[in-house]
Amino acid sequence: MSFTEIVFYAFSAIMITAALGVISARNPVHSALFLVLTFFATSGIWLLLEAEFLAITLVLVYVGAVMVLFLFVVMMLDINITVMRQGFIKYLPIGILVALVLVTQMVLLVGPENFGLSQFAEPALKAADYSNTRELGRVIYTDYVYPFEVASVILLVAIVAAIALTMRRRPETKYQTPIKQMMVKKSDRLRIVKMQAEEKQ
Amino acid sequence: MDSIVNILLPLWEWLPEYLQIFLWNLGKILLIMLPLMGAVAYVTLLERKVIGFMQVRIGPNRVGPKGLLQPIADALKLMFKEIIIPTNANKFLFLSAPMLSIGPALAAWAVIPFNGELVLADLNAGLLYILALTSMGVYGVLIAGWASNSKYALLGALRSAAQVVAYEIAMGFALVGVLMAGGSLNLGDIIAKQAGGFSNWFIIPLLPLFFVYFISGVAETNRAPFDVAEGESEIVAGFHVDYSGMAFAVFFLAEYANIIMISALTSLLFWGGWLSPFGDIGGILGNGFHWFLLKTVFFIFVFLWLRATFPRYRYDQIMRLGWKVFIPVTIVWLFVEAVMFVMQVGPWGA
Repeated sequence: MSFTEIVFYAFSAIMITAALGVISARNPVHSALFLVLTFFATSGIWLLLEAEFLAITLVLVYVGAVMVLFLFVVMMLDINITVMRQGFIKYLPIGILVALVLVTQMVLLVGPENFGLSQFAEPALKAADYSNTRELGRVIYTDYVYPFEVASVILLVAIVAAIALTMRRRPETKYQTPIKQMMVKKSDRLRIVKMQAEEKQ
Repeated sequence: MDSIVNILLPLWEWLPEYLQIFLWNLGKILLIMLPLMGAVAYVTLLERKVIGFMQVRIGPNRVGPKGLLQPIADALKLMFKEIIIPTNANKFLFLSAPMLSIGPALAAWAVIPFNGELVLADLNAGLLYILALTSMGVYGVLIAGWASNSKYALLGALRSAAQVVAYEIAMGFALVGVLMAGGSLNLGDIIAKQAGGFSNWFIIPLLPLFFVYFISGVAETNRAPFDVAEGESEIVAGFHVDYSGMAFAVFFLAEYANIIMISALTSLLFWGGWLSPFGDIGGILGNGFHWFLLKTVFFIFVFLWLRATFPRYRYDQIMRLGWKVFIPVTIVWLFVEAVMFVMQVGPWGA
């Protein structure tokens, strides 16, 4: 077995174990951490495919930002696991059936007879100074510029919608406006009252 | 000397090739790690001395001449302390949190170029790699806070996570500015683009991005004035309140390794790294590792200076600064940069 194969199988084993961990861990925080590990192993496999931009972006976006927020929320939730686990045995046969159907479909469709080396030639290894990032950028911003822009607009709409759905005016919250605080003058706040001194009785 | 070489050389050649590559890389890693660990130890002493000076105190002066052996005494003390694991804490996660914290902090050093030739891994996507790894450091904090099964630690971890995620966006945008100016994600290429004296350094066209990057770096490392994750006066010590002995020391190491990292990156990305401000004139004033070291030490000093000068931010003020000030500033400046690019001024001129 060559070194590349050892690395591939090691990452695949970690990925599958971690993915099983995501659905089988009792604690939701553990599940989230297993998902992080899955992303990591995936990114390792992508690196083997010389897709360094995608691999690093996967870690940057999913591990570095998305899963941090997931964990953030999961840690604060008080989830009663026994309630969620109710009926596990009852639904297990259906679950296994669905899983089997899915696996059969995937084996039939994604198997080597459709995507194997006989259908697609093995991609040539690129030289060390070949920049994957540059090539990806070139393709995205020339050949696929309209689909790419449409996708980004859809994302933007999703962001605006999500914020519009959750944001509400709350008159009871107190705000500070630093600019106003900076502009305050003595005359705005302080009133000097001249009074007659009281005489001693 | 010759006889030693005569014995060792056949021994080296006798090793299988993959073992040779492994040992060679291990040697290079040690060559970066050991000075870094030494630097971390002495930055702690520098911090105490500098802050002592600014507060008109002497600072540590008992261990060794002028207190120079203080970090070693501290390290020995921490090594011999017991690691206490709180009741009901998740033992595995509790102990892996410090490692998750220091791992990314050290791994990021792989792509830092120390001078024209000295770099462990000359990645094409070096800048992205650094961004990905620095964003992972927060897991150590989050897991530490959760696994120690303590309210204060959890609060510290949540504060830290929200803060790091907020400032990472501004930091990432600032780095987008750098890669627009450098035209590459490779750190070596970014430095090469700044060659030719101070006037070519990215600090001039990217001044606002430099401030955003450095301040976000301070926030990202949870240092004062953004140290609400530790907030001694409110939540005792935040996420590492339940850690003791070496487990605590590893968090400490990671924090200081990150400080050195941010300082080194600031000097690489905006201040020309190992380049001399006078251009390549040769000799001691010419390009060389010493310039990189000098700039890095200056930015480490700025970290300590900030800590001695400013009071801690309130939490909502931190969020306001990150989301409402830094992100708009970076977006505006990226636009300005794009205009400069089209008009061919600054680093894009002929």
